[in-house]
Amino acid sequence: MSGTHAHTVAYVRDTMLPEQAPPASEVGPIGWMRHNLFSTWVNTGMTLLAVAAIYYVLAGVLPWIFQSVWNADSLTECREIMMETWGSTHGHACWGVIKERWLQLLFGFYPPHLYWRPILALVLLLAALSPVLFSDRVSSKMLILTAAYPFLMPFLMWGGTIWGPLSAALGFVIGYLIIKHGSEKLGELGAMIAGVVAAVIWWFVLAGPVTDALSSALPIGIEAVQSRQFGGFMLAIMLGVVAIGVSLPIGVVLALGRQSDLIIVKYICVGFIEFVRGVPLITLLFVASLLLNIFLPPGTNFDIILRVMIMMTLFSAAYMAEVIRGGLAALPRGQYEGADSLGLNYWQAQRLIIMPQALKISIPGIVSTFIGIFKDTTLVSIIGLFDVIGLASAIRADTAWNGIYWELFAFIAALFFVVCFSMSRYSMYLERRLKTDHR
Amino acid sequence: MKKSVILGAMTFAGLAAGAASAGTLDDVKARGKLNCGVTTGLVGFAAPNANGEWEGFDVAVCRAVAAAVLGDSTAVEFVPTTGKTRFTALASGEIDMLARNTTWTFSRDVDLKFEFTGINYYDGQGFMVPKELGVSSAKELDGATVCIQTGTTTELNLADFFRSNNISYEPVPIETNAEAQQQYLAGACDVYTTDASGLAATRATFDDPSAHVLLPEIISKEPLGPLVRHGDNEWGDVVRWSLNALIAAEELGITSANLNDMAAGTDNPEINRLLGTEGTLGEMLGLSADWAKNAIAAGGNYGEIFAKNIGEDTPIGLARGLNAQWTEGGLLYAPPFR
Repeated sequence: MSGTHAHTVAYVRDTMLPEQAPPASEVGPIGWMRHNLFSTWVNTGMTLLAVAAIYYVLAGVLPWIFQSVWNADSLTECREIMMETWGSTHGHACWGVIKERWLQLLFGFYPPHLYWRPILALVLLLAALSPVLFSDRVSSKMLILTAAYPFLMPFLMWGGTIWGPLSAALGFVIGYLIIKHGSEKLGELGAMIAGVVAAVIWWFVLAGPVTDALSSALPIGIEAVQSRQFGGFMLAIMLGVVAIGVSLPIGVVLALGRQSDLIIVKYICVGFIEFVRGVPLITLLFVASLLLNIFLPPGTNFDIILRVMIMMTLFSAAYMAEVIRGGLAALPRGQYEGADSLGLNYWQAQRLIIMPQALKISIPGIVSTFIGIFKDTTLVSIIGLFDVIGLASAIRADTAWNGIYWELFAFIAALFFVVCFSMSRYSMYLERRLKTDHR
Repeated sequence: MKKSVILGAMTFAGLAAGAASAGTLDDVKARGKLNCGVTTGLVGFAAPNANGEWEGFDVAVCRAVAAAVLGDSTAVEFVPTTGKTRFTALASGEIDMLARNTTWTFSRDVDLKFEFTGINYYDGQGFMVPKELGVSSAKELDGATVCIQTGTTTELNLADFFRSNNISYEPVPIETNAEAQQQYLAGACDVYTTDASGLAATRATFDDPSAHVLLPEIISKEPLGPLVRHGDNEWGDVVRWSLNALIAAEELGITSANLNDMAAGTDNPEINRLLGTEGTLGEMLGLSADWAKNAIAAGGNYGEIFAKNIGEDTPIGLARGLNAQWTEGGLLYAPPFR
């Protein structure tokens, strides 16, 4: 058989052909472009249009950014230099204003010799956040710093006596000790109520005189800084961090309260959430800056930044509560029943089974709320606080820089983009890390 | 500057006027600092410089009052206020005085329960047009598009002016002066109207100021001045006469250069009374004898303050006009120090 076959076929190849490289038009950048950009006539047309549009935008923006004036003390000087160099004042940025005022845009009117304090506060913030954000890589011993940070930050930013933040922290310690050691005698709920009442009594009645006595006996402290001197991007970060950090736990409590079987707790939570969500943030800020002044007795010195912080926190907490409620609603009923069948009580079930899953589901929503509230901090310029936007108009009111516009906003936009984009990337990282399903 | 007054602000301002404590002068002395409300930024009138120090024409009034009361022109806490927050800040006692180019009107004086203590700048609403439009009078603006800040008295003045002249216009509403500059330069409107001082300051920032003209018509009266709460007359007197001292100093030829010589005693009894070498004017106000000397030393007399912040040698380049002394054809007329 094989013999006959050998005679009918003239040539049989007995080795494999070596692999050839695919044609240049099918692989690499060219292949990718052929497949994705120029696959049909319609696609080709749209690609060319898009390239033209991108070129048009970049051709305007890039020369504006890079063919610009850095060394000038006023807009007039900028324009003179532009006329000398390029023969036209159009299409060139005057970054001289940023060069002169960037410290002011970042720190507001904070005393320059104390700039190290907000910087240290920011560095400590990152350190304090690291065990929370990157729990798989950073030692959990750093959590001590995280716990201390809420008291460290005001001390660094406002300065003054060290006894104020210490006595505020002591309130938490008192409450914690009572809850921990009183539960045998008073029962769990009784201990919790007693702890909270004791802490509140300490803060509002005893802490003031004790702090005054201690600071006159042992005056340890650093130079105090007035709230009026706060401003710039520092103010945005500070308001943002406080609102973000405090609103998450409050939001969790509100979301649980809204689903609670205790009727009074439930309706308090529903009422709060619906009221705050039904009112624009700017209204709350006006209340903080104007109405409280009227209602409080004359001479009361209730710090304006503290008032704004409280309002922003409450505002974002209401939104946070609804985002987390969405996460809770997405959990199957079986998870709750599973927790019950294991014999876990309410708080154990929430802590070990419900919340970890609900929070994971809500991550994108939570981070959107964070980014939203961070950007909303610019609204404080309307009530006369000098955040970056407020400072931009104040800088324009300087005779040297009156008439400058885009450069300041470009700088501010860059600052906000860096922070918001980082938050968004972190949330994607967190989602990947916590992904346990096998989709 | 002339944001329409919010109803709520009126109500609460009225409520709080009674609640505010009576002796502002004593409060300021005890505190060692004057809380002075200023704008969040208006060219020439109030703006923080690169070091965060406030400068400007309105700021100089705050400094003069602080110097008169406390002997230190730097003992001022500047509280930036917006058009919406300024009156509540004053009514609630957050600030002791407001020097925020606020127009003295009947309703603000009477209904809002404030006390205007004088006028530090006579302004009025004007028009700016590009020269190439070939317009020489506001009455030729029939059918023009006009950039106008919403919610201000300028908006109402404009409507009145065009109606009384029986011509039409198309308003382009804008929110801030910076926005107006951009819109006007981009050609979104033929005319920009606001206070004449603001127009001059805006024009000075243009690439080519000579391509734009200010029309001769001034269509409203905008007397701008510092104000205090109604009912605290001692404090009102302090602010009123601190301002008058600056104006009188210019009339009497007292400048920051010759202040110390004059304070040693002169042949002119009014100068002596003003500077405290004769009489007891300071004591009557509850201040030290050299109160006016300190006020003038803070930034010079009225003319010097004007020249330094908004005068013809600055980029804003405002002429004295109505703001000249009465002896030179203006409206500044300080009552006698006697």
